[in-house]
Amino acid sequence: MNDLIRTLVEAYGPSGSEDRVRDLIRPMVEPFVDETIVDAMGNLIAIKRASGKATSPLKVMIAAHMDEIGVMVSHITEKGFLRFTNIGGVFPHTLSGGRVRFADGTVGVIGSDALEDMGSIHPLNKHFIDVGATSRENCPVRVGDAAHFDRSFEARGRHLTAKSMDDRIGCAIAIEALRQLPDVTDHDLYFVFSVQEEVGTRGAEVAANRILPDISIALDVTRTGDVPESRPMDVRLGGGPAIKVRDSGMIAHPGLVRLMRRRAEEAGITYQLEVLEHGTTDARSMQLAGPGSTAGCISIPCRYIHTPSETVDVEDVTGCVDLLVAMLSKGIEL
Amino acid sequence: MNDLLKQLTEAVGVSGDENDIRLLIRDLIVDHVDEWSVDTMGNLLATKRGTGQYDLRVFVDAHMDEVGLIITDIDSNGMLKFTTVGGFDDRTLLGKVVQVGPNRVTGVIGARAVHLLKSGEMSKVVRGDAMRIDIGAKSKESAGNQVSIGDRAAFVTEYEELEGGRVAIGKAFDNRAGCAALIELLRGDRYPFDLVAAFTVQEEVGLRGAKVAAAGTRPDVALVLECTPAYDQPKENDVSPNVALGKGVSVYVMDARTIQDPRLVAHLMASADAHDIPYQVRQPGGGGTNTGAIQRAGIGIPAATLAVPGRYAHMPSMMISLDDYENMIRMADVALRNLTPDILRRE
Repeated sequence: MNDLIRTLVEAYGPSGSEDRVRDLIRPMVEPFVDETIVDAMGNLIAIKRASGKATSPLKVMIAAHMDEIGVMVSHITEKGFLRFTNIGGVFPHTLSGGRVRFADGTVGVIGSDALEDMGSIHPLNKHFIDVGATSRENCPVRVGDAAHFDRSFEARGRHLTAKSMDDRIGCAIAIEALRQLPDVTDHDLYFVFSVQEEVGTRGAEVAANRILPDISIALDVTRTGDVPESRPMDVRLGGGPAIKVRDSGMIAHPGLVRLMRRRAEEAGITYQLEVLEHGTTDARSMQLAGPGSTAGCISIPCRYIHTPSETVDVEDVTGCVDLLVAMLSKGIEL
Repeated sequence: MNDLLKQLTEAVGVSGDENDIRLLIRDLIVDHVDEWSVDTMGNLLATKRGTGQYDLRVFVDAHMDEVGLIITDIDSNGMLKFTTVGGFDDRTLLGKVVQVGPNRVTGVIGARAVHLLKSGEMSKVVRGDAMRIDIGAKSKESAGNQVSIGDRAAFVTEYEELEGGRVAIGKAFDNRAGCAALIELLRGDRYPFDLVAAFTVQEEVGLRGAKVAAAGTRPDVALVLECTPAYDQPKENDVSPNVALGKGVSVYVMDARTIQDPRLVAHLMASADAHDIPYQVRQPGGGGTNTGAIQRAGIGIPAATLAVPGRYAHMPSMMISLDDYENMIRMADVALRNLTPDILRRE
């Protein structure tokens, strides 16, 4: 599975520019589904229909987002340096000395205005990107161009580190679950590889408006409380898939949480329960779309979220695959 | 003198009470469209049928509402208490002349004359909730006979042209400039597809009208015409500038609400390049237009935004370049005439 993860996390896909990630995923999932659709916003919807014998199949939407955080050029100085704005949640303290890569391969180094006080952090607008240009005229990028953070994938024993684990790891889990699911299932499964999650769960919103699911499950990362001096949180790396109870944008359907726990216990999967104080996922959009849906989320514990070194545990990842397969291959009674 | 801009900017339509501006626009477009209707929110939706070449429905949006004030109470002395509708810097309100309610009662947002200010008061900001509109009424009863709680108030600003007729001053270019441009598009020849012109309500209070207009008409593509704040006054060295007056049509790539459809952005720019129409990329980052609501209506609609840069947005007098305005009409027209379903094809 590491090869799949490496392929996905190293691809270019800041919010709004997910085409390359979609082009990678589409051929991977097509053998396992009946139909694929790309909608107006660029969501990839892969549909695996229930067997003809199924009585009153439910529509189950599973969402993992393809986009990653990044930056967008807002201004080019006379000397060819780029000022930029954020795409999604970019934290200034993660920037200086880092590298970004534009769609055409141009690599930039992030610098910042002189820092007078080492105890303070510059805001985003006091950082710049150096692409080696010396003037506006010879600068290879334009205002409005997007870039992602540039960092390679590393497997360090059980720990996997890369940029954009958020949420290519969710995409990898969805793809792997599709491979493992039996040919015949009781429900209509809509695997959605969504766009623009990082800027406000926008892609999942329109995909859910189309599908109008009965049941919705997001696959996304969640933070952990297991590093030194961390803000307390009872989720840790290696503790197994985290079944979300609530986050700041969604309260998971209690019946769906119970069913996830039961399926995990039946399959012998170690799991954790998650309460996330800040942040949300595509489950929020799916829960509120149309007449509403029964929504929850299987979270992958992840350290250093929204930095270029997001880190997950491979056993947690396979646990998430197992839990998703267990959920989808059996009946869903709430 | 651009009579269309004069008529539109001098008309009144504070968010939620767009009746007058809607009637004016309807009269201006009725001979150039095949059908029109008004939806439940008050959006004016007009269809200009195409030549039939493409099976496409293209939605072009311009919001007709403007920021303004709403009367919340009448004091015992006949002064009108108010709150703002849409985003304001309260400091821009003092001393301005307004027109209140359906009878267009003239009032002034009162302030103590400089002669009467005590030392130290000049450096303090007067908050909006301490301000009153004075319509000269002698009593609460007299004021109550002329205006009602809930009446909107709009600025009184005459449209004028400067700089040899290339620069205009007026109120509510945000977004009567977009409305005027859309009217000009309707006055032109038919497009190769059906064009749905949406003059929408309540943009300034949260993109509300466009949300239902798009969901109700379910178009294939959307273009939003706007007036975006110009930021070209003197500034610190090397701080990111925004669009400047006279430098061309403002093209949106990303704001706080929307990442514009990249296929449409590329098409808009290529269309402008092919016809030597000047444009400038608006600094990505904050702000938002109806595009945010339209893009995510229903199952999603590919959408993009063009805007005229305007100085002093959400103040009694805005300023635009008529070159930018005319270029926006040309750019929108050229891009629409060259729009084909292939531009949206993904495979």
